[in-house]
Amino acid sequence: MTVDQTTFRKALLDPDAARPDGLNDGRGQPAGRRFDVYRNNVAVSLTEALEVGFPVIRKLVGQDNFKLLASAYLRLHPPRSPLMMHFGADMPSFLAEFEPARQIGYLPDVARLELAIRESYHAADAEPISPAELEALSPEALTGASVRLAPSLRLVRSPWPIFSIWRFNVEEGAQSPKMAAEDVFVSRPNLDPVPRPLPSGGAEFITALLTGATFGDAMDKASEASRNFDLPVVLTLLVEMKTLIEIGG
Amino acid sequence: MLDATTHRFACLPDAPGVGYKPQHFTEIVNDAGPVAWLEIHAENYMGDGGRPIAQLRHLSERFAFSVHGVGLSIGGEGPLDSEHLARLRHLVGWLDPASFSEHLAWSTHDSAFLNDLLPLPYTEASLARVAEHVDEVQEVVGRRMLLENPSSYLTFEESTLAETEFLREIAKRTGCGLLLDVNNVFVSATNLGTDPVSYIDAFPLELVGEIHLGGHDDDEDDHGAPLLIDNHGREVADPVWSLFEYTISQSGPKPSLIEWDNDVPEWPVLKAEASRAASVLETANA
Repeated sequence: MTVDQTTFRKALLDPDAARPDGLNDGRGQPAGRRFDVYRNNVAVSLTEALEVGFPVIRKLVGQDNFKLLASAYLRLHPPRSPLMMHFGADMPSFLAEFEPARQIGYLPDVARLELAIRESYHAADAEPISPAELEALSPEALTGASVRLAPSLRLVRSPWPIFSIWRFNVEEGAQSPKMAAEDVFVSRPNLDPVPRPLPSGGAEFITALLTGATFGDAMDKASEASRNFDLPVVLTLLVEMKTLIEIGG
Repeated sequence: MLDATTHRFACLPDAPGVGYKPQHFTEIVNDAGPVAWLEIHAENYMGDGGRPIAQLRHLSERFAFSVHGVGLSIGGEGPLDSEHLARLRHLVGWLDPASFSEHLAWSTHDSAFLNDLLPLPYTEASLARVAEHVDEVQEVVGRRMLLENPSSYLTFEESTLAETEFLREIAKRTGCGLLLDVNNVFVSATNLGTDPVSYIDAFPLELVGEIHLGGHDDDEDDHGAPLLIDNHGREVADPVWSLFEYTISQSGPKPSLIEWDNDVPEWPVLKAEASRAASVLETANA
Protein backbone atom coordinates (compact mmCIF):
# COMPACT_ATOMS: atom_id res chain seq x y z
CA MET A 1 0.00 0.00 0.00
CA THR A 2 1.56 3.28 -1.08
CA VAL A 3 0.34 6.77 -0.22
CA ASP A 4 1.13 9.36 -2.84
CA GLN A 5 1.17 13.08 -2.16
CA THR A 6 -2.00 13.70 -4.16
CA THR A 7 -3.90 11.39 -1.80
CA PHE A 8 -2.22 12.88 1.24
CA ARG A 9 -2.96 16.43 0.19
CA LYS A 10 -6.63 15.76 -0.63
CA ALA A 11 -7.23 14.26 2.78
CA LEU A 12 -5.36 17.12 4.46
CA LEU A 13 -7.54 19.90 3.16
CA ASP A 14 -10.84 18.04 3.39
CA PRO A 15 -11.70 17.26 7.02
CA ASP A 16 -14.54 14.97 5.87
CA ALA A 17 -12.35 12.87 3.58
CA ALA A 18 -11.23 9.45 4.80
CA ARG A 19 -7.68 9.32 6.11
CA PRO A 20 -5.32 7.61 3.65
CA ASP A 21 -4.66 3.88 4.15
CA GLY A 22 -1.07 2.72 4.32
CA LEU A 23 -0.08 4.89 7.28
CA ASN A 24 0.51 3.41 10.71
CA ASP A 25 1.57 4.29 14.23
CA GLY A 26 4.98 2.60 14.11
CA ARG A 27 3.57 -0.39 16.01
CA GLY A 28 1.53 -1.87 13.18
CA GLN A 29 -1.77 -0.16 14.01
CA PRO A 30 -3.45 2.22 11.54
CA ALA A 31 -2.38 5.83 12.08
CA GLY A 32 -5.95 6.97 12.82
CA ARG A 33 -6.11 10.42 14.33
CA ARG A 34 -2.35 10.81 14.09
CA PHE A 35 -3.05 11.98 10.54
CA ASP A 36 -5.13 14.80 12.02
CA VAL A 37 -1.97 16.35 13.48
CA TYR A 38 -1.05 17.34 9.91
CA ARG A 39 -4.60 18.45 9.12
CA ASN A 40 -4.55 20.59 12.21
CA ASN A 41 -1.09 22.02 11.54
CA VAL A 42 -2.09 23.08 8.03
CA ALA A 43 -5.38 24.67 9.09
CA VAL A 44 -3.96 26.37 12.19
CA SER A 45 -0.82 27.73 10.54
CA LEU A 46 -2.71 29.12 7.55
CA THR A 47 -5.42 30.60 9.77
CA GLU A 48 -2.74 32.30 11.86
CA ALA A 49 -1.14 33.72 8.73
CA LEU A 50 -4.51 35.25 7.81
CA GLU A 51 -4.98 36.61 11.34
CA VAL A 52 -1.62 38.33 11.11
CA GLY A 53 -2.44 39.68 7.66
CA PHE A 54 -5.97 40.92 8.36
CA PRO A 55 -6.17 42.14 11.97
CA VAL A 56 -8.89 44.69 11.21
CA ILE A 57 -11.10 42.24 9.29
CA ARG A 58 -10.71 39.90 12.24
CA LYS A 59 -11.78 42.62 14.65
CA LEU A 60 -14.73 43.61 12.46
CA VAL A 61 -16.18 40.10 12.15
CA GLY A 62 -15.03 38.75 15.53
CA GLN A 63 -12.57 35.96 16.31
CA ASP A 64 -15.03 33.04 15.92
CA ASN A 65 -16.38 34.26 12.60
CA PHE A 66 -12.87 34.93 11.38
CA LYS A 67 -11.91 31.33 12.05
CA LEU A 68 -14.88 30.11 9.98
CA LEU A 69 -14.04 32.55 7.25
CA ALA A 70 -10.36 31.56 7.28
CA SER A 71 -11.27 27.88 7.18
CA ALA A 72 -13.35 28.43 4.03
CA TYR A 73 -10.74 30.75 2.50
CA LEU A 74 -7.74 28.47 2.91
CA ARG A 75 -9.57 25.62 1.19
CA LEU A 76 -10.78 27.74 -1.71
CA HIS A 77 -7.55 29.74 -2.06
CA PRO A 78 -4.65 27.73 -0.63
CA PRO A 79 -1.33 29.56 -0.87
CA ARG A 80 0.35 29.34 -4.27
CA SER A 81 3.70 30.42 -2.88
CA PRO A 82 5.75 29.52 0.20
CA LEU A 83 5.89 33.23 1.01
CA MET A 84 3.25 33.75 3.67
CA MET A 85 3.68 37.50 3.16
CA HIS A 86 1.65 37.07 -0.05
CA PHE A 87 -1.03 34.77 1.35
CA GLY A 88 -4.51 36.26 1.35
CA ALA A 89 -4.35 38.23 -1.90
CA ASP A 90 -7.77 36.89 -2.90
CA MET A 91 -9.40 37.98 0.36
CA PRO A 92 -11.24 41.02 -1.11
CA SER A 93 -13.01 39.01 -3.82
CA PHE A 94 -13.60 36.16 -1.39
CA LEU A 95 -15.28 38.50 1.12
CA ALA A 96 -17.48 39.91 -1.63
CA GLU A 97 -18.84 36.43 -2.31
CA PHE A 98 -18.64 34.60 1.02
CA GLU A 99 -22.30 34.35 2.01
CA PRO A 100 -22.02 35.16 5.76
CA ALA A 101 -19.88 38.26 5.03
CA ARG A 102 -21.59 39.58 1.93
CA GLN A 103 -23.96 41.79 3.91
CA ILE A 104 -21.04 43.86 5.17
CA GLY A 105 -20.33 45.84 2.02
CA TYR A 106 -17.15 47.55 3.17
CA LEU A 107 -15.24 44.38 4.16
CA PRO A 108 -13.64 43.78 0.73
CA ASP A 109 -12.26 47.31 0.59
CA VAL A 110 -10.96 47.15 4.16
CA ALA A 111 -9.23 43.91 3.15
CA ARG A 112 -7.74 45.72 0.14
CA LEU A 113 -6.38 48.37 2.50
CA GLU A 114 -4.86 45.73 4.79
CA LEU A 115 -3.25 44.05 1.77
CA ALA A 116 -1.90 47.43 0.63
CA ILE A 117 -0.35 48.02 4.07
CA ARG A 118 1.30 44.59 4.03
CA GLU A 119 2.65 45.09 0.49
CA SER A 120 4.00 48.48 1.47
CA TYR A 121 5.78 46.96 4.48
CA HIS A 122 7.73 44.55 2.26
CA ALA A 123 8.28 46.91 -0.69
CA ALA A 124 11.75 47.93 -1.87
CA ASP A 125 13.56 50.78 -0.09
CA ALA A 126 14.09 54.08 -1.86
CA GLU A 127 15.80 57.36 -1.03
CA PRO A 128 13.25 60.24 -1.00
CA ILE A 129 14.03 63.66 -2.44
CA SER A 130 14.44 66.44 0.11
CA PRO A 131 11.83 69.19 0.49
CA ALA A 132 14.58 71.65 -0.54
CA GLU A 133 14.94 69.92 -3.92
CA LEU A 134 11.25 70.43 -4.57
CA GLU A 135 11.32 74.04 -3.36
CA ALA A 136 14.24 74.81 -5.64
CA LEU A 137 12.08 74.20 -8.71
CA SER A 138 10.39 77.20 -10.36
CA PRO A 139 6.60 76.81 -10.87
CA GLU A 140 7.26 76.33 -14.61
CA ALA A 141 9.87 73.67 -14.00
CA LEU A 142 7.59 71.89 -11.53
CA THR A 143 4.69 71.88 -14.01
CA GLY A 144 6.89 70.23 -16.62
CA ALA A 145 8.54 67.77 -14.24
CA SER A 146 7.67 64.12 -13.84
CA VAL A 147 8.45 62.16 -10.75
CA ARG A 148 9.23 58.65 -9.61
CA LEU A 149 7.18 57.49 -6.64
CA ALA A 150 8.34 55.18 -3.85
CA PRO A 151 7.81 51.43 -4.39
CA SER A 152 6.05 51.39 -1.01
CA LEU A 153 3.24 53.61 -2.32
CA ARG A 154 -0.20 52.00 -2.56
CA LEU A 155 -3.51 53.61 -3.40
CA VAL A 156 -6.89 52.22 -2.36
CA ARG A 157 -10.09 53.95 -3.48
CA SER A 158 -13.42 53.10 -1.95
CA PRO A 159 -17.03 54.26 -1.80
CA TRP A 160 -16.80 53.37 1.91
CA PRO A 161 -15.02 55.24 4.74
CA ILE A 162 -12.29 52.62 4.82
CA PHE A 163 -9.61 54.80 6.36
CA SER A 164 -11.92 55.81 9.22
CA ILE A 165 -13.01 52.20 9.72
CA TRP A 166 -9.39 51.04 9.72
CA ARG A 167 -8.27 53.76 12.16
CA PHE A 168 -11.23 53.19 14.47
CA ASN A 169 -10.11 49.57 14.82
CA VAL A 170 -6.39 50.13 15.36
CA GLU A 171 -6.19 53.42 17.29
CA GLU A 172 -7.42 53.90 20.80
CA GLY A 173 -9.96 56.76 20.93
CA ALA A 174 -10.17 57.27 17.16
CA GLN A 175 -13.36 58.89 15.85
CA SER A 176 -16.10 56.53 14.81
CA PRO A 177 -16.48 56.31 11.02
CA LYS A 178 -19.12 58.40 9.21
CA MET A 179 -20.52 57.35 5.84
CA ALA A 180 -18.32 58.83 3.12
CA ALA A 181 -16.21 57.63 0.23
CA GLU A 182 -12.53 57.57 1.16
CA ASP A 183 -9.39 57.30 -0.93
CA VAL A 184 -6.37 56.13 1.04
CA PHE A 185 -2.76 56.20 0.16
CA VAL A 186 -0.19 54.13 1.96
CA SER A 187 3.47 55.00 2.05
CA ARG A 188 6.44 54.16 4.21
CA PRO A 189 8.15 57.29 5.51
CA ASN A 190 10.37 55.12 7.70
CA LEU A 191 10.01 51.40 8.19
CA ASP A 192 6.32 51.38 9.06
CA PRO A 193 3.67 51.81 6.38
CA VAL A 194 1.36 54.74 7.14
CA PRO A 195 -2.12 54.96 5.58
CA ARG A 196 -3.43 58.50 5.04
CA PRO A 197 -6.78 59.67 3.63
CA LEU A 198 -6.46 61.74 0.47
CA PRO A 199 -8.28 65.01 -0.16
CA SER A 200 -10.53 65.06 -3.20
CA GLY A 201 -8.62 64.91 -6.47
CA GLY A 202 -5.62 63.42 -4.66
CA ALA A 203 -6.18 59.89 -5.96
CA GLU A 204 -6.48 61.15 -9.56
CA PHE A 205 -3.33 63.20 -9.07
CA ILE A 206 -1.29 60.26 -7.76
CA THR A 207 -2.71 57.86 -10.34
CA ALA A 208 -1.60 60.23 -13.09
CA LEU A 209 1.89 60.55 -11.58
CA LEU A 210 2.13 56.77 -11.34
CA THR A 211 1.47 56.50 -15.09
CA GLY A 212 4.31 58.93 -15.81
CA ALA A 213 2.36 62.19 -16.24
CA THR A 214 4.08 65.51 -15.48
CA PHE A 215 2.96 67.50 -12.45
CA GLY A 216 1.10 69.83 -14.81
CA ASP A 217 -0.82 67.02 -16.50
CA ALA A 218 -1.50 65.30 -13.17
CA MET A 219 -2.84 68.60 -11.82
CA ASP A 220 -5.19 68.88 -14.80
CA LYS A 221 -6.52 65.38 -14.14
CA ALA A 222 -6.99 66.16 -10.46
CA SER A 223 -8.76 69.48 -11.19
CA GLU A 224 -11.07 67.72 -13.68
CA ALA A 225 -12.02 65.29 -10.93
CA SER A 226 -12.40 67.89 -8.21
CA ARG A 227 -12.84 71.64 -8.31
CA ASN A 228 -11.38 71.83 -4.82
CA PHE A 229 -8.12 70.09 -5.66
CA ASP A 230 -5.43 71.70 -3.53
CA LEU A 231 -1.97 70.99 -4.93
CA PRO A 232 0.09 72.31 -1.97
CA VAL A 233 -1.78 70.08 0.47
CA VAL A 234 -1.19 66.95 -1.59
CA LEU A 235 2.43 67.86 -2.36
CA THR A 236 3.16 68.43 1.32
CA LEU A 237 1.62 65.06 2.11
CA LEU A 238 3.75 63.33 -0.54
CA VAL A 239 6.91 64.98 0.78
CA GLU A 240 6.13 64.23 4.43
CA MET A 241 5.40 60.64 3.57
CA LYS A 242 8.68 60.44 1.64
CA THR A 243 6.84 59.27 -1.46
CA LEU A 244 8.73 61.31 -4.06
CA ILE A 245 12.02 59.65 -4.85
CA GLU A 246 13.21 61.24 -8.08
CA ILE A 247 12.20 64.37 -9.91
CA GLY A 248 13.12 65.05 -13.48
CA GLY A 249 12.24 67.07 -16.55
CA MET B 1 27.39 15.82 -6.17
CA LEU B 2 29.10 19.02 -5.19
CA ASP B 3 32.87 19.07 -5.22
CA ALA B 4 34.14 19.27 -1.65
CA THR B 5 36.93 21.63 -2.64
CA THR B 6 34.67 24.34 -4.05
CA HIS B 7 31.85 24.69 -1.54
CA ARG B 8 31.95 26.65 1.67
CA PHE B 9 31.50 24.53 4.75
CA ALA B 10 29.06 25.61 7.44
CA CYS B 11 30.95 27.67 9.97
CA LEU B 12 28.51 28.54 12.72
CA PRO B 13 30.27 28.73 16.11
CA ASP B 14 29.93 25.70 18.42
CA ALA B 15 27.78 27.86 20.69
CA PRO B 16 24.09 28.56 21.26
CA GLY B 17 21.97 30.39 18.73
CA VAL B 18 18.29 31.33 18.74
CA GLY B 19 15.58 31.56 16.13
CA TYR B 20 15.40 35.30 15.49
CA LYS B 21 12.12 37.08 16.21
CA PRO B 22 11.76 40.76 15.26
CA GLN B 23 10.25 41.65 18.65
CA HIS B 24 13.63 40.80 20.25
CA PHE B 25 15.67 43.07 17.97
CA THR B 26 16.58 45.76 20.52
CA GLU B 27 17.28 43.33 23.34
CA ILE B 28 19.46 41.13 21.16
CA VAL B 29 21.49 44.16 20.11
CA ASN B 30 21.86 45.30 23.73
CA ASP B 31 22.12 42.04 25.60
CA ALA B 32 22.64 38.91 23.55
CA GLY B 33 23.96 36.95 26.56
CA PRO B 34 25.42 33.63 25.39
CA VAL B 35 23.71 33.86 22.00
CA ALA B 36 26.43 33.82 19.35
CA TRP B 37 24.38 33.37 16.19
CA LEU B 38 20.87 33.75 14.83
CA GLU B 39 18.67 31.69 12.57
CA ILE B 40 15.98 33.05 10.28
CA HIS B 41 13.28 31.35 8.30
CA ALA B 42 14.32 32.19 4.75
CA GLU B 43 10.77 32.80 3.53
CA ASN B 44 10.21 35.72 5.95
CA TYR B 45 13.09 37.63 4.36
CA MET B 46 12.16 37.36 0.73
CA GLY B 47 10.37 40.68 0.46
CA ASP B 48 11.98 43.50 -1.50
CA GLY B 49 12.89 45.74 1.44
CA GLY B 50 11.56 47.40 4.56
CA ARG B 51 12.08 46.49 8.19
CA PRO B 52 12.78 42.73 7.87
CA ILE B 53 15.67 43.31 5.47
CA ALA B 54 16.92 46.38 7.38
CA GLN B 55 17.05 44.41 10.65
CA LEU B 56 18.79 41.53 8.97
CA ARG B 57 21.45 43.78 7.43
CA HIS B 58 22.06 45.38 10.81
CA LEU B 59 22.25 42.14 12.78
CA SER B 60 24.39 40.37 10.19
CA GLU B 61 27.23 42.76 10.96
CA ARG B 62 27.43 41.30 14.45
CA PHE B 63 26.08 37.80 14.38
CA ALA B 64 26.71 34.73 12.30
CA PHE B 65 23.51 33.74 10.53
CA SER B 66 21.85 30.52 9.62
CA VAL B 67 19.29 30.65 6.81
CA HIS B 68 16.73 27.94 7.44
CA GLY B 69 14.26 27.32 4.64
CA VAL B 70 10.78 26.05 5.46
CA GLY B 71 9.17 26.14 2.03
CA LEU B 72 11.30 24.38 -0.57
CA SER B 73 9.48 21.04 -0.42
CA ILE B 74 12.62 18.98 -1.00
CA GLY B 75 10.63 15.80 -0.30
CA GLY B 76 7.98 16.71 -2.88
CA GLU B 77 7.04 14.31 -5.67
CA GLY B 78 7.04 17.16 -8.17
CA PRO B 79 9.97 19.28 -9.35
CA LEU B 80 11.42 21.98 -7.10
CA ASP B 81 9.96 25.46 -7.55
CA SER B 82 12.59 27.25 -9.66
CA GLU B 83 11.32 30.69 -8.66
CA HIS B 84 11.70 29.80 -5.04
CA LEU B 85 15.16 28.41 -5.62
CA ALA B 86 16.10 31.70 -7.27
CA ARG B 87 14.82 33.60 -4.22
CA LEU B 88 16.94 31.39 -1.95
CA ARG B 89 19.95 31.95 -4.13
CA HIS B 90 19.38 35.71 -3.90
CA LEU B 91 19.00 35.73 -0.10
CA VAL B 92 21.99 33.47 0.49
CA GLY B 93 23.91 35.53 -2.04
CA TRP B 94 23.56 38.92 -0.36
CA LEU B 95 23.45 37.77 3.27
CA ASP B 96 26.28 35.25 2.88
CA PRO B 97 25.17 33.25 5.94
CA ALA B 98 27.38 30.80 7.78
CA SER B 99 24.89 28.02 7.13
CA PHE B 100 21.93 27.15 4.93
CA SER B 101 19.53 24.36 5.78
CA GLU B 102 16.20 22.84 4.79
CA HIS B 103 13.95 19.95 5.79
CA LEU B 104 13.46 16.34 4.83
CA ALA B 105 9.78 16.99 4.16
CA TRP B 106 7.36 18.27 1.53
CA SER B 107 4.97 21.18 1.65
CA THR B 108 3.97 21.94 -1.94
CA HIS B 109 1.90 19.73 -4.20
CA ASP B 110 -0.03 20.63 -7.38
CA SER B 111 1.13 24.23 -6.81
CA ALA B 112 -0.62 24.51 -3.43
CA PHE B 113 1.70 25.37 -0.55
CA LEU B 114 0.44 23.74 2.65
CA ASN B 115 2.67 25.55 5.18
CA ASP B 116 3.56 22.41 7.11
CA LEU B 117 6.42 19.93 6.99
CA LEU B 118 4.76 16.82 5.63
CA PRO B 119 6.21 13.30 5.83
CA LEU B 120 7.47 11.05 3.07
CA PRO B 121 8.04 7.30 2.87
CA TYR B 122 11.64 6.11 3.06
CA THR B 123 12.11 4.01 -0.07
CA GLU B 124 14.74 3.70 -2.81
CA ALA B 125 12.49 5.79 -5.07
CA SER B 126 12.07 8.65 -2.58
CA LEU B 127 15.77 8.48 -1.76
CA ALA B 128 16.68 8.97 -5.42
CA ARG B 129 14.25 11.88 -5.74
CA VAL B 130 15.38 13.67 -2.57
CA ALA B 131 19.04 13.23 -3.54
CA GLU B 132 18.31 14.79 -6.93
CA HIS B 133 16.57 17.70 -5.25
CA VAL B 134 19.41 18.25 -2.79
CA ASP B 135 21.89 18.21 -5.70
CA GLU B 136 19.78 20.81 -7.50
CA VAL B 137 19.54 23.05 -4.42
CA GLN B 138 23.28 22.93 -3.84
CA GLU B 139 23.96 23.66 -7.50
CA VAL B 140 21.60 26.63 -7.67
CA VAL B 141 22.27 28.11 -4.25
CA GLY B 142 25.95 27.48 -4.76
CA ARG B 143 26.85 25.97 -1.46
CA ARG B 144 26.55 22.92 0.70
CA MET B 145 23.29 22.61 2.61
CA LEU B 146 22.24 20.86 5.79
CA LEU B 147 19.18 18.60 5.70
CA GLU B 148 17.07 18.30 8.87
CA ASN B 149 15.45 15.17 10.30
CA PRO B 150 11.65 15.59 10.67
CA SER B 151 9.35 14.96 13.61
CA SER B 152 7.01 12.07 12.83
CA TYR B 153 3.49 11.30 13.95
CA LEU B 154 3.06 8.22 11.76
CA THR B 155 4.98 5.93 9.43
CA PHE B 156 4.41 4.70 5.89
CA GLU B 157 3.85 0.98 5.41
CA GLU B 158 5.80 1.20 2.17
CA SER B 159 9.00 2.45 3.88
CA THR B 160 11.94 0.10 3.56
CA LEU B 161 14.72 2.22 5.07
CA ALA B 162 15.30 3.60 8.54
CA GLU B 163 15.35 7.39 8.70
CA THR B 164 18.97 7.43 9.83
CA GLU B 165 19.97 5.21 6.88
CA PHE B 166 17.99 7.42 4.55
CA LEU B 167 19.69 10.61 5.76
CA ARG B 168 23.13 9.02 5.75
CA GLU B 169 22.64 7.90 2.15
CA ILE B 170 21.38 11.33 1.02
CA ALA B 171 24.48 12.91 2.55
CA LYS B 172 26.70 10.33 0.90
CA ARG B 173 25.18 10.84 -2.54
CA THR B 174 25.01 14.66 -2.44
CA GLY B 175 27.76 15.76 -0.10
CA CYS B 176 25.23 17.67 2.01
CA GLY B 177 25.55 17.95 5.77
CA LEU B 178 22.83 17.21 8.31
CA LEU B 179 20.91 19.25 10.83
CA LEU B 180 20.05 17.12 13.84
CA ASP B 181 16.88 18.26 15.61
CA VAL B 182 17.10 16.52 18.98
CA ASN B 183 13.53 17.46 19.89
CA ASN B 184 12.34 15.90 16.64
CA VAL B 185 14.25 12.73 17.52
CA PHE B 186 12.55 12.57 20.91
CA VAL B 187 9.10 13.41 19.50
CA SER B 188 9.37 10.81 16.73
CA ALA B 189 10.75 8.10 19.02
CA THR B 190 7.98 8.65 21.56
CA ASN B 191 5.30 8.75 18.88
CA LEU B 192 6.52 5.67 17.02
CA GLY B 193 7.60 3.63 20.05
CA THR B 194 11.30 3.56 19.23
CA ASP B 195 14.41 4.40 21.26
CA PRO B 196 15.77 7.95 20.89
CA VAL B 197 19.26 7.02 22.12
CA SER B 198 19.54 4.28 19.49
CA TYR B 199 18.55 6.86 16.89
CA ILE B 200 21.37 9.18 18.00
CA ASP B 201 23.78 6.21 18.00
CA ALA B 202 22.78 5.37 14.43
CA PHE B 203 22.97 9.00 13.26
CA PRO B 204 26.10 10.08 11.36
CA LEU B 205 27.10 12.70 13.94
CA GLU B 206 30.24 13.59 12.00
CA LEU B 207 28.00 15.13 9.32
CA VAL B 208 26.03 17.29 11.75
CA GLY B 209 26.57 21.01 11.15
CA GLU B 210 23.88 22.20 13.51
CA ILE B 211 21.59 20.99 16.29
CA HIS B 212 18.03 22.15 16.96
CA LEU B 213 16.27 22.19 20.31
CA GLY B 214 12.63 23.17 20.72
CA GLY B 215 9.53 22.61 22.81
CA HIS B 216 6.72 20.15 22.14
CA ASP B 217 3.13 19.62 23.31
CA ASP B 218 1.59 16.44 24.73
CA ASP B 219 -1.40 14.66 23.24
CA GLU B 220 -2.64 11.07 22.83
CA ASP B 221 -3.54 8.90 19.86
CA ASP B 222 -6.70 6.75 19.46
CA HIS B 223 -5.28 4.05 21.72
CA GLY B 224 -4.15 6.39 24.49
CA ALA B 225 -0.50 6.16 23.41
CA PRO B 226 1.46 9.39 23.90
CA LEU B 227 1.46 11.64 20.85
CA LEU B 228 3.92 14.52 21.11
CA ILE B 229 3.37 17.53 18.87
CA ASP B 230 6.41 19.45 17.69
CA ASN B 231 5.08 23.01 18.04
CA HIS B 232 8.07 25.11 19.14
CA GLY B 233 5.76 26.82 21.60
CA ARG B 234 7.42 26.35 24.98
CA GLU B 235 10.63 25.51 26.84
CA VAL B 236 12.69 22.52 25.74
CA ALA B 237 11.45 19.49 27.72
CA ASP B 238 13.76 17.85 30.30
CA PRO B 239 14.12 14.51 28.48
CA VAL B 240 15.11 16.46 25.36
CA TRP B 241 17.83 18.24 27.36
CA SER B 242 19.06 14.81 28.51
CA LEU B 243 19.12 13.56 24.94
CA PHE B 244 20.98 16.73 23.91
CA GLU B 245 23.58 16.11 26.64
CA TYR B 246 23.99 12.56 25.41
CA THR B 247 24.32 13.73 21.81
CA ILE B 248 26.93 16.34 22.68
CA SER B 249 28.84 13.77 24.73
CA GLN B 250 29.07 11.67 21.56
CA SER B 251 29.58 14.41 18.97
CA GLY B 252 31.45 17.10 20.85
CA PRO B 253 30.16 20.69 20.87
CA LYS B 254 28.01 21.80 17.92
CA PRO B 255 26.20 24.99 16.96
CA SER B 256 22.95 24.50 18.92
CA LEU B 257 19.76 26.43 18.31
CA ILE B 258 16.77 27.17 20.53
CA GLU B 259 13.67 27.27 18.33
CA TRP B 260 10.65 29.05 19.75
CA ASP B 261 8.19 30.05 17.03
CA ASN B 262 4.76 30.05 18.69
CA ASP B 263 3.74 31.94 21.85
CA VAL B 264 7.16 33.58 21.58
CA PRO B 265 8.35 34.54 25.09
CA GLU B 266 10.08 37.64 26.36
CA TRP B 267 13.78 37.82 25.53
CA PRO B 268 15.04 36.83 29.03
CA VAL B 269 13.16 33.51 28.81
CA LEU B 270 14.69 32.68 25.45
CA LYS B 271 18.09 33.83 26.63
CA ALA B 272 17.81 31.52 29.66
CA GLU B 273 17.19 28.57 27.32
CA ALA B 274 20.27 29.55 25.34
CA SER B 275 22.27 29.72 28.61
CA ARG B 276 21.18 26.20 29.43
CA ALA B 277 22.41 25.04 26.04
CA ALA B 278 25.66 26.93 26.64
CA SER B 279 26.29 25.07 29.87
CA VAL B 280 25.82 21.71 28.14
CA LEU B 281 28.22 22.73 25.38
CA GLU B 282 30.78 23.92 27.95
CA THR B 283 30.67 20.57 29.72
CA ALA B 284 31.63 18.93 26.46
CA ASN B 285 34.50 21.39 26.05
CA ALA B 286 35.82 20.74 29.57
